[in-house]
Amino acid sequence: MTKRKSAYTRPLDIERGRIDMNHGSGGRAMAQLVEELFAEALANEYLAQGNDGAVLPPANGRLVVSSDGHVVSPLFFPGGDIGSLAVHGTINDVAMMGAQPLYLTASFILEEGFPLADLRRIVVSMAEASAAAGVLVVAGDTKVVEQGKGDGVFIATTGIGVVREGVNLSGSLARPGDRILLSGTIGDHGMAILSRREGLEFDAPIVSDSVALHGLVAAMLESGAGLHVLRDPTRGGLATTLNEITRQSGVGMLLQESAIPVAPVVAAASEFLGLDPLYLANEGKLVAICAPADAGRLLEIMQSHPLGGSAAIIGEVTQDPHGFVQMTTRLGGRRIVDWLTGEPLPRIC
Amino acid sequence: MKYIDEFRDGALAETIAANIASEVHTGRRYSLMEFCGGHTHAISRYGLADLLPPSVNMIHGPGCPVCVLPIGRIDQAIRLALQHRVMLCSYGDCLRVPASQGMSLLKARSRGADVRMVYSPADALKLAQAHPERQVVFFAIGFETTTPPTAVVVKQAQSMGLKNFSLICNHVLTPAAMRAILANHGGDRLDGFVGPAHVSTVIGSRPYEVFAHEYGKPVVIAGFEPLDVMQAILMLVRQINRGRAEVENEFTRAVSREGNHKAQALVGEVFRLRDEFEWRGLGVIAHSALALRDAFAEFDAEQRFGLDYHAVPDHKACECGAILRGEKRPEQCKIFGTACTPDTPVGSCMVSSEGACAAHYTYGRFKNVAVAAG
Repeated sequence: MTKRKSAYTRPLDIERGRIDMNHGSGGRAMAQLVEELFAEALANEYLAQGNDGAVLPPANGRLVVSSDGHVVSPLFFPGGDIGSLAVHGTINDVAMMGAQPLYLTASFILEEGFPLADLRRIVVSMAEASAAAGVLVVAGDTKVVEQGKGDGVFIATTGIGVVREGVNLSGSLARPGDRILLSGTIGDHGMAILSRREGLEFDAPIVSDSVALHGLVAAMLESGAGLHVLRDPTRGGLATTLNEITRQSGVGMLLQESAIPVAPVVAAASEFLGLDPLYLANEGKLVAICAPADAGRLLEIMQSHPLGGSAAIIGEVTQDPHGFVQMTTRLGGRRIVDWLTGEPLPRIC
Repeated sequence: MKYIDEFRDGALAETIAANIASEVHTGRRYSLMEFCGGHTHAISRYGLADLLPPSVNMIHGPGCPVCVLPIGRIDQAIRLALQHRVMLCSYGDCLRVPASQGMSLLKARSRGADVRMVYSPADALKLAQAHPERQVVFFAIGFETTTPPTAVVVKQAQSMGLKNFSLICNHVLTPAAMRAILANHGGDRLDGFVGPAHVSTVIGSRPYEVFAHEYGKPVVIAGFEPLDVMQAILMLVRQINRGRAEVENEFTRAVSREGNHKAQALVGEVFRLRDEFEWRGLGVIAHSALALRDAFAEFDAEQRFGLDYHAVPDHKACECGAILRGEKRPEQCKIFGTACTPDTPVGSCMVSSEGACAAHYTYGRFKNVAVAAG
């Protein structure tokens, strides 16, 4: 982007300024916000086109598109914020299709009164996350809603990627006998948010696992292992993701509770709040389902990647017309790992 | 966590299970009621039934505070929220309990009622302080475990001179329910009780002695961890085998014979015995619940808002009553898992995670399906 003389008499007062209705009116104030806050941080040749849409070069492969909305509260949490989360979450959705993520778009719904300093923090974090991932934010939009009609900022994103020939992943492809692999500990993101929201403090702070997983996915695909399903267990946690897959594929599952990694501090906090880590959100983990013969090799590849150090084989796909996800408990009994009902509520006594 | 993990040790569980299996007498059946929903939940969640010999039959008791609340009580809360426009504060589990005319507190909320989910009575008190212009009502439920915290906030509200805070008191008493089951609901079929964990930390083990002495039923108080439950079952089997009926305490790390005097004194100061109270499943039981004493009458929502109580029968097809009495198992209810699921509960036992139906649906229903399919 070439520097040119500012068209505005005064620069945005990012330190003390706040979003007002003018920032969404389509007038000069909005143009200034976009230019001095968004374009400044996210600059790239496509955004610089400055048109209603970005014209992208031809893609080398089948396109993958994914859409995602982000409404996290609090906006800033240990290990990230809504900006980095939006980038990671969208990249991961594209990556779970076995695709190389290339571009993002981002739509901001801003609440009147939202501090510009916080907005810049979020946009800069978004820029850093996308730069680190090698993915460009090529288009965007901002709207402003009246005070009380938003929660600071909501971000809606779209991710675009390409998937090469021969890679066919789908939640419908799990087959009885397949092994279920998990890339690391569960519940870190959900508990980081919850403990922040509840004002809980622990000796070791619980940090969100929010991260872009496409590098790990690329390494797994390169191995040539017979991958059938990839999915990131975000909202609803591992339990929900596995139930979705069993429904899509018309199979059941049998997990080993003792094989599922949970960080001790997350386990302790879950215990304290009466929650089950199986249902807590993750933002930097993936579930892989692969042919049994390839499971060992795939596990090694995952474990040797920085984002899969504590990867584990946690169970296998079974034939089950009822589609139950079952689990052998640490105690040796068997139970269902069911869909989540309602919000995850602490027990009361 | 290390402390808790020790009570979830698979190898130890196997050892206790082997002891139980070797000590049960052939040809004898051991019907044991775990009174508490906390135990029901632990048994289901850890699959403990799989570790027990077929002759040990665990029967779920009524110790789930949300489950035993009759519909009429939820109706009161909904009336307060919808008609009196109060800010109604409740534990999360209560929100989804079906009430009259297809309502629930959650549905009342979608119709504009101000219903807040709180984690403790202290949260409700804070809301009252933060909203002096609103009447804030705490829907107080629970057995003896949750009563002392309610007593604390009532005293705090009084010392702060709060005029906009009150509660619907649904605190109920464990021993009264155990006696009702033994005296009126076929207590003969039970061979013993796994006694409450958290309740007993407050009331101690002494209140159960009457069940051992008068009714000849052994009671073993147990913690909520899976090894606690397994060990308590072993202790019950041993008592039954030797023809003993005593109160034993497996949960010695938290429960004494006398309980928590301070908590008991606090509860005694704030609450009095109700003459009678309706329980879901167990009917009207004399002296089985608490109300605020006259000195705290201004915090009694039933008085403040002139709430009368109307008993409402359960849904015709719902077997929550028989299940709470231990007469039926969840899977014996015709609508279990069909019309009644945790997403579409018809009865309260399908709502709370401590409810027998919710626990069985969530963790154990694959067993019934396997039988039906085979």
